Amino acid sequence: MSKLIVTSVSPGTSVQDVGRFGAQRYGLVPSGAVDRLAMAAANALLGNTLFAATIELGPLNSVFTAKGGAVRISLTGATRPADIAGTPVAVNTSVTLADGESLNLGVARAGTFGYLAIEGGIRGEPMFGSLAVNARAGLGSPYPRPLQAGDELLVATASSANEKRIDLPAPVEGPIRVVLGPQDDEFGDAKDLFLNSDWKISATSDRMGYRLEGPVIKHLHGHNIVSDGTVNGSIQVPGNGQPIVLMPDRGTSGGYPKIATVISTDLGRFGQTQPGRAFRFKAITMAEAQAEYRAFAELLQSLPGRVHDSNILMLDIKALLSANVAGVAVSATDDNTWQARLPANAHD
Amino acid sequence: MVAALSPPRILPNGDAAITVEFSRTIDEEANRRVLALDKLVASAGLTAVTETVPTYRSLLVHYDPLQIGFDALGDKLTELALQPLPEAKAARRWRIPVAYGGENGIDLEDVAKALNITPDEVVARHVGGDYKVAMIGFTPGWSYLSGLPSSMQMSRRQNPRLLTPPGTISIGGIQTGVQCLAGPSGWHLLGRTAVRTYQLGRDPTFLLEPGDAITFAAVDEKTFAEQDRAAEAGEFVAELIAS
Repeated sequence: MSKLIVTSVSPGTSVQDVGRFGAQRYGLVPSGAVDRLAMAAANALLGNTLFAATIELGPLNSVFTAKGGAVRISLTGATRPADIAGTPVAVNTSVTLADGESLNLGVARAGTFGYLAIEGGIRGEPMFGSLAVNARAGLGSPYPRPLQAGDELLVATASSANEKRIDLPAPVEGPIRVVLGPQDDEFGDAKDLFLNSDWKISATSDRMGYRLEGPVIKHLHGHNIVSDGTVNGSIQVPGNGQPIVLMPDRGTSGGYPKIATVISTDLGRFGQTQPGRAFRFKAITMAEAQAEYRAFAELLQSLPGRVHDSNILMLDIKALLSANVAGVAVSATDDNTWQARLPANAHD
Repeated sequence: MVAALSPPRILPNGDAAITVEFSRTIDEEANRRVLALDKLVASAGLTAVTETVPTYRSLLVHYDPLQIGFDALGDKLTELALQPLPEAKAARRWRIPVAYGGENGIDLEDVAKALNITPDEVVARHVGGDYKVAMIGFTPGWSYLSGLPSSMQMSRRQNPRLLTPPGTISIGGIQTGVQCLAGPSGWHLLGRTAVRTYQLGRDPTFLLEPGDAITFAAVDEKTFAEQDRAAEAGEFVAELIAS
């Protein structure tokens, strides 16, 4: 056994998996990762089951240190500078921390949440079949709260597997797709305003809900409805007319009219949208949304087949890119300024 | 005489859930149909349905779109919702002890003033009500009850509180509620119960089910403190007086 020590940590960092289901009728929300594709990709890199628990990383700096043995990890999700003792670590690759080594994670540049998976997964006591943190309900393991500096995770000692990279399809661009309803009839022309305006995510957003800033969306009959059930991606409109998109730690029911729902496929992409960045919504049909759902399920299942041994050329290019955007001086003619170190166990 | 049931509205709630809406308002008949459909869905062997969430007026049905499409499941749910309602049979009934007023119910005096009655009369009216768990939602174990006497109905607070204590018993609009965890609330706080409607490590984790009948009983602060210790140790404290 080894340990992964939380040396320092960004706010909003917690253990998350696919979430816990079956108790929403008692008010217990599933929680789970905001960006399931990135979470599953992190697991695929290490040969874990796709929905094993990972560390969902908040957008600021964090440092994780291996103790008592080597720890093999992977990093996906938000693009950010990362290094081990100054050697860059690329997003969408695996890497092994030797005993005592630290992974330094910088501030997210594109996206909000990163995912750090650990070979063999995270050890903990599942509650309702999940390790996912739901701080309000006192659920989650090994800690029923976001991670804090000094926390220790028991993990498997690293195997000697080759390090990997995963080739993900190019990120989907364009508007966030929604299915209208269930209470879109509570809005008249405001529906068009909702679909034809630029929106920004407020900095006061969290895993319960993302608050949107944009034009005021007016209700036809007031903002109080009798509470009914919510889902991830429900877009509810409270009295001030500024929509809130419900995220995995939402309440299971809510009393504001819901104009539309973000499609499952776009939830992760929406969740990674950085505060202040303008985006739009686009309404699609249920048939289109469910076709996207099937395609997304196929993409998730394809992830293990998208994992390849890291080759040296790939590492170098990624290291170069990473070093460049991190602002480190890099000379194209002097490879000492950008050469990635060889993986300790490189066989190829 | 049996009146024909009106079909519910089948509303899209994203690409993996359907809201079956029986009413837009809080309506006892609609809630009965919600709870009846909930039972029918559970026994119908619909493998594509992953979980259901009954509320006052609608049933939220989560499903796997890889197994069934929106239209096919919507038709099936409509068919089930139009089946004749079963004879209303007596629900199980819980007696829930409440320490009213003082620190446990900081709004009791204000509610009494607003209703122009004494605090004792507020307690008498609340204890005198015959309640039903209409839905559980928002946070774990937060149980919304129908059946609040009309003489106690008043609008919610202008300024919701960000933090209210665990076990709070409160009223808001035409509802009363049993809250389990500390959390925000815009309702008027009448008292507290030691009953944990949600407690990890206890069997069952969740004490109340939608459809359960509830009676409140007033207890003093000393009894509340004793019951709180017992409840912490895993006792129900709520008493099952009919099952």
